[in-house]
Amino acid sequence: MSMDPATLLAIIGMALATYACRAGGYWLFRQITPTPFIRSVLGYIPGTLFVSFVIPSLVTGGLQPTVGAAATLLTMILTRTLGLAMLAGTAAAWAVYAVKQAVLF
Amino acid sequence: MTNPAPVVFTRHGIMRGAKAAIPLIIGLIPFGVVTGVASQAAGLSLLEAVVMSATVFGGAAQLLVLGTWSLPAPILAATLAALTVNLRLVLMGPLLAPWYDRLHGWRVWGSLFLLVDQNWALALRELNRGGRDAGYMFGSGVVMWLQWVILTGVGHQLGTVLSLPKGHPLFFCGLAVFVSMLAGMWRGRIDILPWIVAAAVAVSVSLLLPGTFWFIIAGALAGSLTGAIRDTLKS
Repeated sequence: MSMDPATLLAIIGMALATYACRAGGYWLFRQITPTPFIRSVLGYIPGTLFVSFVIPSLVTGGLQPTVGAAATLLTMILTRTLGLAMLAGTAAAWAVYAVKQAVLF
Repeated sequence: MTNPAPVVFTRHGIMRGAKAAIPLIIGLIPFGVVTGVASQAAGLSLLEAVVMSATVFGGAAQLLVLGTWSLPAPILAATLAALTVNLRLVLMGPLLAPWYDRLHGWRVWGSLFLLVDQNWALALRELNRGGRDAGYMFGSGVVMWLQWVILTGVGHQLGTVLSLPKGHPLFFCGLAVFVSMLAGMWRGRIDILPWIVAAAVAVSVSLLLPGTFWFIIAGALAGSLTGAIRDTLKS
């Protein structure tokens, strides 16, 4: 069990930068009185943020994550159960993976 | 958003949040283990790996930094990488204002330390249902934090034994968490245009600046501003 000084400093730097993001956004928001426009922007943040996270991964990942995402979304809409949706999606992605492996060999 | 009921922070709310976060762990197991494996491969000791997970608590940033780790540790590069990868958290905090505007001290600033994408989405769902117990976010955050610290430790120990190829379907679990939560964020037809703009900008930026994380915040801002500008022009 050791702690290298440079490693410790890098970890502290990362931790401070991350906490500044976590708390800083809300701290700034607390200083202002939000206009209707800002409220409207905030209303769109959750969906557009998650879309921006997911779609590029599907584009670069190709068929496997796309099939998985479709299965996740469908199961989520039908059952509204998070755990089930994730399992169904991963199973679907795995099926594509298995087929690809079988075709390759 | 304007609910006159007072905001509380109770043990009951903490427990409810914790319970709601438990199903998410299934999806995050590969993510935490892989980060632990990466920290072992980068040459971090178990103590260093666990301290990093406990204090940074951000998987994407940790994985990115560990992938390019060198000795002595790249202090400035690691700090800047964490800043850019986690810039999206700046946009996420203000959405919790209906709770935190009415609380003080550690209930606000301690809860924000536990802010990650998954429990943020859970907290928003709770807020939209009219939930007034901010303990919900804290409780779900504690569960996310515990699983993260434990799983990176486990991954570090497995480091030499376990190796999953990059395209392994188990990695899809992490993305599945986001996809399933996206289903609950759909508010109807008003979201069509902003979501298309977000997707187009995010994909373009990810192709123009590969290996960076600017695409997330670029897509989110472009989509949200499009929606808000359209709504302003309409009214």
